[in-house]
Amino acid sequence: MAMNYNAKDEVDGGPPCPPGGTAKNRRPDNTAFKQQRLPAWQPILTAGTVLPTFFIIGLIFIPIGIGIFVTSNNIREIEGNVFMYYGLSNFYQNHRRYVKSRDDSQLNGDSSALLNPSKECEPYRRNEDKPIAPCGAIANSMFNDTLELFLVGNESYPIPIPLKKKGIAWWTDKNVKFRNPPGGESLKERFKDTTKPVNWVKPVYMLDSEPDNNGFINEDFIVWMRTAALPTFRKLYRLIERKSDLHPTLPAGRYYLNITYNYPVHSFDGRKRMILSTISWMGGKNPFLGIAYIAIGSISFLLGVVLLVINHKYRNSSNTADITI
Amino acid sequence: MTECLQWARYHWQRLMGGRNRDDNERPYNYSSLLACGVKSSQTPKLAGKHRVVVPHLRPFKDEYEKFSGTYVNNRIRTTKYTLLNFVPRNLFEQFHRAANLYFLFLAVLNWVPLVEAFQKEITMLPLVVVLTIIAIKDGLEDYRKYKIDKQINNLVTKVYSRKEKKYVDQCWKDVAVGDFIRLSCNEVIPADMVLLFSTDPDGICHIETSGLDGESNLKQRQVVRGYAEQDSEVDPEKFSSKIECESPNNDLNRFRGYLEHSNKERVGLSKENLLLRGCTIRNTEAVVGIVVYAGHETKAMLNNSGPRYKRSKLERRANTDVLWCVLLLVVMCLTGALGHGIWLSRYENIMFFNIPEPDGHVISPVLGGFYMFWTMIILLQVLIPISLYVSIEIVKLGQIYFIQSDVDFYHEKMDSTVQCRALNITEDLGQIQYLFSDKTGTLTENKMVFRRCSVAGFDYCHEENAKRLESYQEALSEDEDSTDTPSDSLSNMAKPKAPSCRPIHNGPLGSKSSNHLAGSCLALGSGEGASEVPHSRQAAFSSPIIGLSSLSGMPIKSLEDIKNLFQRLSVRRSSSPSLASGKEPSPGVPNPFVSRLSLFSRMKPAFPVEEEASHMSESPEGPRNSPCPTEVEKQNTDPGLPEGKVAPSPGQPLASTLCYEAESPDEAALVYAARAYQCTLRSRTPEQVVVDFAALGPLTFQLLHILPFDSVRKRMSVVVRHPLSNQVVVYTKGADSVIMELLSVASPDGTSLEKQQMIIREKTQKHLDDYARRGLRTLCIAKKVMSDTEYTEWLRNHFLAETSIDHREELLLESAMRLENKLTLLGATGIEDRLQEGVPESIEALQKAGIKIWMLTGDKQETAVNIAYACRLLEPDDKLFILNTQSKDACETLMSTILTELQEKNPAFPEQASLRDGLHQPAATQDSELRAGLIITGKALEFALQESLQRQFLELTACCQAVVCCRATPLQKSEVVKLVRNHLRVMTLAIGDGANDVSMIQVADIGIGISGQEGMQAVMASDFALAQFKHLGKLLLVHGHWCYTRLSNMILYFFYKNVAYVNLLFWYQFFCGFSGTSMTDYWVLILFNLLFTSAPPVIYGVLEKDVSAETLMQLPELYKSGQKSEAYLPLTFWITLLDAFYQSLVCFFVPYYTYRGSDIDIFAFGNPLNTAALFIIILHLVIESKSLTWVHMLVIAGSILSYFFFALVFGAVCVTCNPPSNPYWIMQEHMLDPVFYLVCVLTTCVALLPRFTYRVLQGSLFPSPVRRAQHFDRLTPEERTEALKKWRGAGMIGRGPSKYADHSAAKSEKTAMSGPPAAFVMMSAPSCAVEQGSLSVHETALDSDFCETKASGMAGPSDG
Repeated sequence: MAMNYNAKDEVDGGPPCPPGGTAKNRRPDNTAFKQQRLPAWQPILTAGTVLPTFFIIGLIFIPIGIGIFVTSNNIREIEGNVFMYYGLSNFYQNHRRYVKSRDDSQLNGDSSALLNPSKECEPYRRNEDKPIAPCGAIANSMFNDTLELFLVGNESYPIPIPLKKKGIAWWTDKNVKFRNPPGGESLKERFKDTTKPVNWVKPVYMLDSEPDNNGFINEDFIVWMRTAALPTFRKLYRLIERKSDLHPTLPAGRYYLNITYNYPVHSFDGRKRMILSTISWMGGKNPFLGIAYIAIGSISFLLGVVLLVINHKYRNSSNTADITI
Repeated sequence: MTECLQWARYHWQRLMGGRNRDDNERPYNYSSLLACGVKSSQTPKLAGKHRVVVPHLRPFKDEYEKFSGTYVNNRIRTTKYTLLNFVPRNLFEQFHRAANLYFLFLAVLNWVPLVEAFQKEITMLPLVVVLTIIAIKDGLEDYRKYKIDKQINNLVTKVYSRKEKKYVDQCWKDVAVGDFIRLSCNEVIPADMVLLFSTDPDGICHIETSGLDGESNLKQRQVVRGYAEQDSEVDPEKFSSKIECESPNNDLNRFRGYLEHSNKERVGLSKENLLLRGCTIRNTEAVVGIVVYAGHETKAMLNNSGPRYKRSKLERRANTDVLWCVLLLVVMCLTGALGHGIWLSRYENIMFFNIPEPDGHVISPVLGGFYMFWTMIILLQVLIPISLYVSIEIVKLGQIYFIQSDVDFYHEKMDSTVQCRALNITEDLGQIQYLFSDKTGTLTENKMVFRRCSVAGFDYCHEENAKRLESYQEALSEDEDSTDTPSDSLSNMAKPKAPSCRPIHNGPLGSKSSNHLAGSCLALGSGEGASEVPHSRQAAFSSPIIGLSSLSGMPIKSLEDIKNLFQRLSVRRSSSPSLASGKEPSPGVPNPFVSRLSLFSRMKPAFPVEEEASHMSESPEGPRNSPCPTEVEKQNTDPGLPEGKVAPSPGQPLASTLCYEAESPDEAALVYAARAYQCTLRSRTPEQVVVDFAALGPLTFQLLHILPFDSVRKRMSVVVRHPLSNQVVVYTKGADSVIMELLSVASPDGTSLEKQQMIIREKTQKHLDDYARRGLRTLCIAKKVMSDTEYTEWLRNHFLAETSIDHREELLLESAMRLENKLTLLGATGIEDRLQEGVPESIEALQKAGIKIWMLTGDKQETAVNIAYACRLLEPDDKLFILNTQSKDACETLMSTILTELQEKNPAFPEQASLRDGLHQPAATQDSELRAGLIITGKALEFALQESLQRQFLELTACCQAVVCCRATPLQKSEVVKLVRNHLRVMTLAIGDGANDVSMIQVADIGIGISGQEGMQAVMASDFALAQFKHLGKLLLVHGHWCYTRLSNMILYFFYKNVAYVNLLFWYQFFCGFSGTSMTDYWVLILFNLLFTSAPPVIYGVLEKDVSAETLMQLPELYKSGQKSEAYLPLTFWITLLDAFYQSLVCFFVPYYTYRGSDIDIFAFGNPLNTAALFIIILHLVIESKSLTWVHMLVIAGSILSYFFFALVFGAVCVTCNPPSNPYWIMQEHMLDPVFYLVCVLTTCVALLPRFTYRVLQGSLFPSPVRRAQHFDRLTPEERTEALKKWRGAGMIGRGPSKYADHSAAKSEKTAMSGPPAAFVMMSAPSCAVEQGSLSVHETALDSDFCETKASGMAGPSDG
């Protein structure tokens, strides 16, 4: 630094400058910004000033909480579309190395990735010298139980409830993120030179009979590939569509659930569940949010009252500066 | 190529130089070794400590190559990097920082496959960004230097070319050692060179060194002896001598060497012969010199040290907390590792989700845990705030920018403003506890005004000067005007004149001063003369006239005195061209030996006239009162006025156009004063001095020798031959203590003459004491008459000393001692150094701010104490203790006595506790007790600084509001600072303006230089440079407070931010088997700190204003919060961390419970977490902010928008990228989901509720002073005044009805109206001084015989 100064001086000092002449004026600009006098909002947090905030929070949160709570509780009534989930517990789909074990390019239909999956898929990358499609541990461990629901009516034989397979994955996943590899006519042809994941019974192109729900774009597969955030989770399995406005989707009665058991969970102490639920504007049933809103709203309201008292008692001191040091 | 070599050599040299200065010549050896690979047998012996310079001309080619060829040429290169080495070198330097190493370590760690937590490349990002930012900063800085270097290197100068047999233009960079260079007036000197020729007939030339040391006066240099006599310009062709001189060094005031002619005759060289690079030639038409040092070996370049790096207290604090964070990180990682191990061991079989190694086997829980530890370190790395260091640097740059743009620091007269030389200790300004101040030039203006003198035992006061003092400013500006216009008749004068007559400390001149003279008689009766001087009745100027008129008959000696007096003025330039006697334009030519410092003043007695007057008329004049005398004088001067314009007769005439430049302001004051009494210094050349006496006409004194002033001898002498008596006379002026000891001792048989001398001496001493008591600076003047033989004898010895290269200083000192002894006292002078504007107010405010102020001065006790009162360092009712002892034991006893007494009276000072707590409970100490002041003299200080007494001394000083150390040497000053700093562990600030303050400035935590009259050494050594002492108030109280508060809050915020955010990841580990998964998209994770949340805290750190500047100035007490580090205590840190933990818990678990059991996927779960965290973190900052401007709003909005923008764009574009944390469409999905908003709002509110509530309660129930002061900013001016009064009233209870209350209230009113923070009412400095001076209290209190015996008995005004 000092060098700079000196160097500059040398330069500046070069030409003779008359003393007292108009030398460079070093007076800093007198602007609000430079003098740090910008107009500012100066919130002073005292009981008096923030009172309204607390009341407003209280007044807004409590109704919201009640609304949410009610909505959430109403989900109980099985009306409208019913969603059928399978639930797993103690399944750590969020394990770091498990989560990594996939190849998004392959799933997106990239031909080179199809035949040469990412290293992340190890050790489920190749089997018997063929690339696995889809590669990786996530795909390999796909849930493969089959659930069927029957209404046991008065008749002696149960009526199967129609379960819709499509529409359970995110639209973008199904249409953009997941794609079958390009090429040959049949799906099977497109997946030639690949092999099925080790644990799978059938290859990927035989997941479903409908061509637009087969291969990588099979929705069960897509749903599975969206790894759950927590070790106890559910995944959407089927939709039960409402048939008419007059009848409930699932009328009261006895139901019969048929499970084709393929998926072992004992090794990790897991549990399986099946959940039926409708959803509202705020998703599935969950009372927490509503209760939390009501609680926080009440606390805030209470604090408001406390502050009101404080403000009343200490008004002088908080508004003027005359307390002794 | 050669350039490269030289560059390398230069750096070698610097390396070597670091080890051993004297090795400087080594590069020579190295290079020769490098060049030919031969042993040093090649290098001749001269390689030792000296360098040999031979002309860079053909005939000397061989020799030249042998000697000078290897010296550095004149190209300079101050840049650190080149294009090629920038990247490696910059990286190398950056990795010297521990923080960067940490990141490098993390980045490398992430490349270990077993541990890898993120994508490898992503972890590099923060490191790369940080490195890039710093590299860009360094690069730009370097590029600027490069451009300046280039500009300088390409400046053109005239170098002698043998080919063309003349001087040709060459770039500076091509100048080499041994070149002959010819420079004209006003040109800048390209390299250090020895002066061989000057167009000045006397062989001198003047240079202006302001570029080098900032001193604005001209220095005189002279041609090497033997060359001055030549009439024609030195011909390089004929130059056959060799120069041998010392190796390059950075001592500006030393140059030793000799010039050896071809006939082996040697001529000594000194710094008088050396022209320094970077200086400007003034007043001399042309000069020729030979280059001896070039480029980086010049003194100017060697003196350049880089910027200062200090580590601030706050940063040290922060660093320890970073270590805590590291510990926390380790604990968290251990938890993770342990958890993972346990989790793994729960499973006996292989599960789907526990993927085996590629080779098929599964790692054991223990090993898994071990790997996990490292994975976690990578995952949680952000806990260590990397960006903190970068942010701190940026913030400090911003703070400095604002400090430097503060218009209140601007000083019109010097056109200068505050300079921040240290870039990284701004926040220390807000924590100062002890302030050490120099006196002269720092508290005072160092503009001297002659006030009184004592001649032969009679005291005279100088009324006219009082007048002059008042119109000082005016006169000054007029001077400038008048000198600027080329009023001079002689054309050749015009040129030199302009540059030389700078607005230095010229006194008033010209018509102005004579006007004052004329006017002064009127003012006499009422002026201070009457009030100020109870004892001295004789007005100085009553006598002079008479003296003058009767001059004819007077003894020669007094005459001489007069003139000597004048000579002392370092005259530089008299504008009167006529005197220059039509020779060349420049005033004079030094004689070889005068050369030392031609400028040096001689010390003569101040008022010869008076002296003689008093002699003559002795007592008769006794009680004359001031008013009388003026008539004559008036008459005398009046004519002078018009004459200035008209062609002056040689006699008195030009008074009006004379303008003196002196080496020291005291000297200028003396010369101006002399002129006021018609003893006008007409001209001064190295050989003679012409003094114009009103009655006698001009007399010419032949100047034989000058012994310049130095701080060891504390005096200077001049030897002249008296024109009338033809005797050799030595005049010595110096500090009274020194001179008194050198006076001839009365012989036992005491003749009447000697008796008379003794009486004079006694009386003078009395007057001296009196002067000192008035705060005047005293000088004694004495003389000695020598016989010619004595003188020749002395001269011969002195000559030897002068020409020796080694030990020259010692020899010269001895030689001076031989001359300066057995003196006869002539008299003494008292010069006033008035207080700078605003000093008392600043000191008062700083004291109120809880800063202990010590004044350390070299002046004598009385002067120091007086100034201390004047600047309100001491209050009239302070209890004063004086420590002035000659022995250690006495010192110890006295200290314990004082201490006991203090403690008795003031139970608030319990022994040890007072050391630390005394500072911290200023309210208690101020309320309960009287203030005490301690005066300690140099001698006693020496004892007090000894180890055994240190403790006691510190205890004692801790009880005192103010401490004054007088007669302190520069070394003592720095020791005092060191003692206080190290033992009390307090923040110290030292402020000074002169070279003698440098050591103290360097020792203190913060060194402040006043860019004043005494050059730039102090400024060069300082961290901050101010124009005036009064600016210190705002610098500390406002900017210091702000910088500290801002930075400490910002640092805390950084800790908070990182801990809060990282903990989200940590909590998640509990739900993913401690497997190191991050639920956030990696890019967001990295950018979160780097981008989305980095700008708001930086803006906060630069712009936050908790209290307005006006309020801070009006309530200095607010500063105490910084001293106590209230904003950033260890406790604060932990509370912040706790809050961070709480917020992260909320931020994690509210979404957790909301989404528990649902089908949400990992990264969709992370999204609301991240979003809520962003809002929490930013709103947290808003809660902490005390003022929000549009800049804040802009940045906050920018941060939030950039986050959403990034998330949305990335979510839309990134279909398969960034595995596995592919963010595709997640944000879009969430933006359509009401639950997402509900979760974010709820989370944010719950997380911030406690802090918000706490702040509110704090603001209502137990507001800190700062918080209360915030209310001031919203009040109208009237309310404000009222509130201030209340505040003060409350604070002052126990101190009785204090005048401060009204005082400050009044002040504040003014300020409020005038708006900007000029909170201090200006009081005219002189009036202050006088007011204080007239308090009888002080005189009694300070009576000289008082001190030792009953120090403790000293009391305030009541005793008086």
